[in-house]
Formats: sequence, C-alpha cells, structure tokens
Amino acid sequence: MSSKSITLRVNGEAIAAAVAPRQHLADFLRESLHLTGTHLGCEHGVCGACTVMIDGAPARSCITLAVVCDGAEIRTVESFDDDPVMAQLRAAFTAEHALQCGFCTPGMLATAYDIVTRLPDADEARIRRELSGNLCRCTGYVGIVRAISRVLRERP
Amino acid sequence: MKAARFDYARARSLAHAVELLGSGDGFVKLLAGGQTLGPMLNLRLVQPDLLVDVSKLVETNLWSEQEGAILIGACTTHAAIEDGKVPDPTGGMLALVASGIAYRAVRNRGTIGGSLAHADPAADWLSALAALGAEIVLLGPAGERRVKIAELAKGAFATSIGDNEILRAVAVPCLPKGTRWGYYKFCRKAGDFAEAIGAVLHDPRRGMLRVVMGATNGAPIVLDIAVPGGLPETLEAAVPDMAIVERALDDHGFADDPYGKAVHLVAARRAFAEARH
Repeated sequence: MSSKSITLRVNGEAIAAAVAPRQHLADFLRESLHLTGTHLGCEHGVCGACTVMIDGAPARSCITLAVVCDGAEIRTVESFDDDPVMAQLRAAFTAEHALQCGFCTPGMLATAYDIVTRLPDADEARIRRELSGNLCRCTGYVGIVRAISRVLRERP
Repeated sequence: MKAARFDYARARSLAHAVELLGSGDGFVKLLAGGQTLGPMLNLRLVQPDLLVDVSKLVETNLWSEQEGAILIGACTTHAAIEDGKVPDPTGGMLALVASGIAYRAVRNRGTIGGSLAHADPAADWLSALAALGAEIVLLGPAGERRVKIAELAKGAFATSIGDNEILRAVAVPCLPKGTRWGYYKFCRKAGDFAEAIGAVLHDPRRGMLRVVMGATNGAPIVLDIAVPGGLPETLEAAVPDMAIVERALDDHGFADDPYGKAVHLVAARRAFAEARH
C-alpha cells in the first residue's frame, strides 16, 4: 500500500508528489496543495461541487484518484482569474444572483465554462440539461441559467 | 466517504494487466474511467487489495474497422462517442445513447467497456448494445474470445467475464440498410440511472424485431420476434403475443410490481415509436 510518485501540472505549476493510491484528486488538491476552492459535497459523483478541469475537460475530482492524474493538466477555480470567459461568467453570476451560499459555485463555474465554450448555441433547455449534474440548494437554478444564457448572448 | 486502503498498479500493456489480474494478490479489480468504481470505493461498497489501471493503454483507446463492424477500444469515453470521435456504424444510436449517460463531467472519464463489465442493470450500454447485436472482445490467459452483449449479463452486476479476463474492445456491427432503431429511457431526473430502458432494432432484411427491456432486477430482457415486412403501427401490433413480453417481465422481478411492469412496457413502446419515426 505504498504511496506512489506522480508528476502533474496544477494551475500551470509543475507538481511532483507522493500520494496514497486511495486519495482522490479533490483531497489531494485541498489537503496537499491547499487549493480549497474545490469543494466536496456528496463525494460520490452526484452533486458536482468538486468539478475541475482535467486536461481541459470538466471532471469529478472526488471520484478521480490523484494517482490516475499522473501526467495530467489540472485547472481549479483558483486559476481562472485572468481568463476572459471566466471573467464574463463571474460578472454574469453576480448580475443574475447565480449564487447565495457559494458552495456549489466552483463546480457550477466549471460546468458553465464547459457549456459556454463547447456549446455556443445552447438554448435554455440545453443549459438546464447540461447543468443537471451540478446541484444547488439555494438559487433554484433560475439565476444560474440566466447567467450562462447572458454570457452565451454576449459572446462574440 | 473515503476509500479503504488499496494498492495501485498501472498496466504497461494488456498482457501485463492479465498477468497482474492472475497474480493472486488478494482481490484485484481493473480500473478504467472509475466513474462507478470511484463512488463504490468511496462508499466502501468495494474494498479491493489492488487496482490495475488499464485506462491509459493504447490498446484500449483505439478504434478500428473490422469485417462488418467497428471495434471500439474498451476505454473509449462516453464523451468521445457522444462527440463522434469514433465512427458510429448505427447511424446515430451510439451518440444518442452516450449523450444521455450521467453528466458531461462523468462522460468525460467514464468508459464503454467499464460500464459493460460493471453490468449495472440500469446502465445504458448493456441494453443499447444488446439491441444492436454487439459483442465484447475478451482477453485472458488462454487468448481472446467474444461474447454477445445480449448474453453477457448473468444477473445484476454479474457477467460471464472470467476472473482473469479483460474486456478489450466492443464490436458494434454496421447496420444493414433499412435497419431502424429506437431507444428510450425513463429517469426521474436528467442524468440519473434509468428506472426503465426500452431499446428496439428492426432489421427488415431478416424480418426480425429485437426488443430489449433494461433496468430490470437482473440481466436485460432480450426478445427476438419475427416481423416480416415493414414495422407495424404499434409494438402490440408487431408482437403477436404480448403475453410473452409480460411473462418475461414477471420472470425478471416484476410479477408483484405493476408499476415497474407498466414503466418498462411504456419504455419499450416509446422505443418502438422512435424506431418507426
């Protein structure tokens, strides 16, 4: 049960670490790298709060083992400060009241980012379907859907 | 919600993975995308001694054309199939089924082979690929063999895959011209596991209608019915004796469950209607 050596890039930084095989990526990010922007809700892949970008695609960090991410490129919510799409999403989330307690927001933003960049023609129904893997217990989703619609409308 | 301790090895090749499976080091499980195994580990429903990671192997990530079929590597993700990165010999059924599995963040890592090997009755591929007449290619110490997906599941979470065998690829047949298919799943919530699955394939050349009812309490129900000529209006008109369908549902745990039976019949009817469309 020895720990395994991995090298990966997290938010642009090269990281070499020894991880226990059973440690999932979210715990590695939060407890080893102190990147606590990634939230853990259900810890079995249902709530979406832990969604991060692995090699450019959204994935659940709670059901992805850290050891499997050897060689991967990870982006968490902390790395999007200067990203123009995320800047638009942040402004739209504020304007549309797309969060209250904020617990689901890192995962919501990861999924929202994926919707905006992968599905530029998504209508409200499609946005709702794509968001079905991210649970929010505050907003009732109306504000989140509006925020994503707004960014899709405003995008060139 | 933390997995129990286990060891991890990344297979260097399929042969290496077969070797590790047979190494006798306690309970060994294969790891592909981990989108079902991950939750099961966290919930401690499964407590392996060793995980053998086959997700990065070239052999499990490629596709190729074979005589009358497309061979899809077992670790091809649902998202890759949804996005058409693998040729779809069915005229869209693979992409449709893939796009309805869980959520995009899960589809980005979850794999077609992992889903089949796990054999959750409520998962999509088991029923959809049974309807299509697809096969899996297994590699074991004795070499390769093929199993029809319609005969793969022996019950809920139980398959005919041997302890030391690896599901290497899925062979999806190229559908003959004029073949029609339909797929319908009933979920409480988008992306949830299915409560009932209906899958229908009609091959007018052979005059055969295959009706699959999935998300039962065990293996999917697969019924082959002779339907000469075109597809009639309704499932009831196509199936001369609906009692066969009802009996099959009774045998799969719905004898005392009129709701479950009704939902499965509705799913089959809707899949049939899709095929007629």
